[in-house]
Amino acid sequence: MVLADRVSKSFGTNQVLKSISLTVKRGEVMCLVGPSGSGKSTFLRCINHLEVVSAGRLSVDGDLIGYREANGRLYELHPREAARQRREIGMVFQLFNLFPHMTALQNVMEAPQVVKGLSKTQAEQRARDLLDRVGLADRSDYYPAHLSGGQQQRVAIARALAMEPKLMLFDEPTSALDPELVGEVLDVMKGLAKSGMTMIVVTHEMGFAREVADSFVFMDGGVVMESGKPSEVLANPQHKRTQAFLSKVL
Amino acid sequence: MTADGPNGSEPPDEALESAPIQAIRLRHPWRTVLAGVLILLLALFVIDAARRPAYDWPSVAKYIFDRRISRAAVNTLQLMVYAMVIAIVLGVILAVMRLTPNPVVKSVAWFYIWVFRGTPVYVQLVFWGLLAVIYQNIDIGIPFMKPWFSFETNAALSTFTLAVIGLGLNEASYMSEIVRAGLLSVNRGQEEAATALGMSWFQTMRRIILPQSMRVIIPPTGNEVISMLKTTSLVTAVPYSFDLYTRSRDISAETFNPIPMLIVASIWYLFFTSILMVGQYFLEKRFARGVGDRQPDRKVVAGADPPASPGAGGVR
Ligand SMILES: Nc1ncnc2c1ncn2[C@@H]1O[C@H](COP(=O)(O)OP(=O)(O)OP(=O)(O)O)[C@@H](O)[C@H]1O
Ligand SMILES: [Mg+2]
Repeated sequence: MVLADRVSKSFGTNQVLKSISLTVKRGEVMCLVGPSGSGKSTFLRCINHLEVVSAGRLSVDGDLIGYREANGRLYELHPREAARQRREIGMVFQLFNLFPHMTALQNVMEAPQVVKGLSKTQAEQRARDLLDRVGLADRSDYYPAHLSGGQQQRVAIARALAMEPKLMLFDEPTSALDPELVGEVLDVMKGLAKSGMTMIVVTHEMGFAREVADSFVFMDGGVVMESGKPSEVLANPQHKRTQAFLSKVL
Repeated sequence: MTADGPNGSEPPDEALESAPIQAIRLRHPWRTVLAGVLILLLALFVIDAARRPAYDWPSVAKYIFDRRISRAAVNTLQLMVYAMVIAIVLGVILAVMRLTPNPVVKSVAWFYIWVFRGTPVYVQLVFWGLLAVIYQNIDIGIPFMKPWFSFETNAALSTFTLAVIGLGLNEASYMSEIVRAGLLSVNRGQEEAATALGMSWFQTMRRIILPQSMRVIIPPTGNEVISMLKTTSLVTAVPYSFDLYTRSRDISAETFNPIPMLIVASIWYLFFTSILMVGQYFLEKRFARGVGDRQPDRKVVAGADPPASPGAGGVR
């Protein structure tokens, strides 16, 4: 589903990602872990083409992200094409980024209506189903400012799901939440994983990683230090940096 | 046991519960004195003004609802409304142009603002008045070919139209900066979230960024509307002479009595300004949706979360 082949990314002279190679198969959940500044967010943003990769190839479901390849040359995609690729990829942000001028329901309805051209009734039906699925059916008419952090993040998940993505990216979805609200968001994500969604999750929730993830990747300084089954890496980290980091978060 | 009483670990009982505070209100004697002095001064001024013949109140009363004046007031209002409509629409377009990733479009907007904000509105109005002198005919079509339409400038554009265009195009350069400030005030995460959902740059602007920027845009726009109402008094430069100020001055030229006409004009300006301020108040309330501390319309959030019941989603 996701194939990263020696992906690098630099901001000016600062190389943030260094030759990252990863695969995520359809229906798999990958947890991406690493210290602050290791390039986890940048990697997720590259998958969604919010950042442009400087070297290497990144493809989702066989589609090269951001470029078209013909006759051995790369052509930049038209923004319209890039937008089409993003539709298939849902993203959930650390700070939710809900649209504050819309109710929860409108937040979820917006993209299907505007981007996919769904009718209002269709979009509303879908939005109500999704809000129900994340346990917020009774909050559909609330504005984000009147929802708790955990509820906002669940609306944000529903909003991403409304575009029926094949892949979901989560960038530290629980790290802005009070501890007692983390569980409700993780529960929704577990349900999603069980339903067969392909997911890449940047998180510091090792319990979640152990329980749900199919693969576990530890990044540091823009490099993949270690990857494998979560149970194995967590129980028996090979690398010094991994050991040091895990001893802090576990 | 959760709280310790003052004398150890007694549970707080009814009798110990503190009584509601009934403090003596802090007095502000100087406020009262200041207000008194001001009221006194105002009263003196009013009494004096009412008696002073130069104000000529009977003339004020006579002219305030004079047909010519009320007609002129309507003209002023129309000038302001049309010019502001042009200014706001064009201002939004220019602001969005300045923020596009397209460098050509960006420079066009920059150039427009440079010219129209960099020269006095009075000078611009005089220029618009001379349009017919500079361009006797206006041709629409492909350059160097036979035009599709051709019309004589003087016949096609009245001084009123020219005044509206002149005021509107000038104001657009200011409005665009106000709108741009509003667009920039919206959190970057909003654009990112919309982009990640597959919305195009234009959809993101129109549906997500622009509506949120309204809260920042409206107060200074209210300012501009009121300022425009008064700037219309410059249209005599075009020359258009049926606006409120020019008309009242023309009347006073006949009566040789300028002061009551100035008062008449001021009263009308103040009247319109007051209405505009009320309108602004309601607009601001409308665009505070989701950010004010207003509770959702249907339900009041009770202290605790009711358990999410599937299917209990509100039906409007
Ligand atoms: N737009 C940008 N311009 C320049 N440098 C950037 C930009 N975005 C990120 N960086 C740099 O890239 C590095 C990696 O950032 P990134 O946000 O990917 O880290 P992260 O692993 O997600 O960290 P955190 O856990 O704190 O979110 C950082 O050193 C950061 O300063
Ligand atoms: Mg990050």
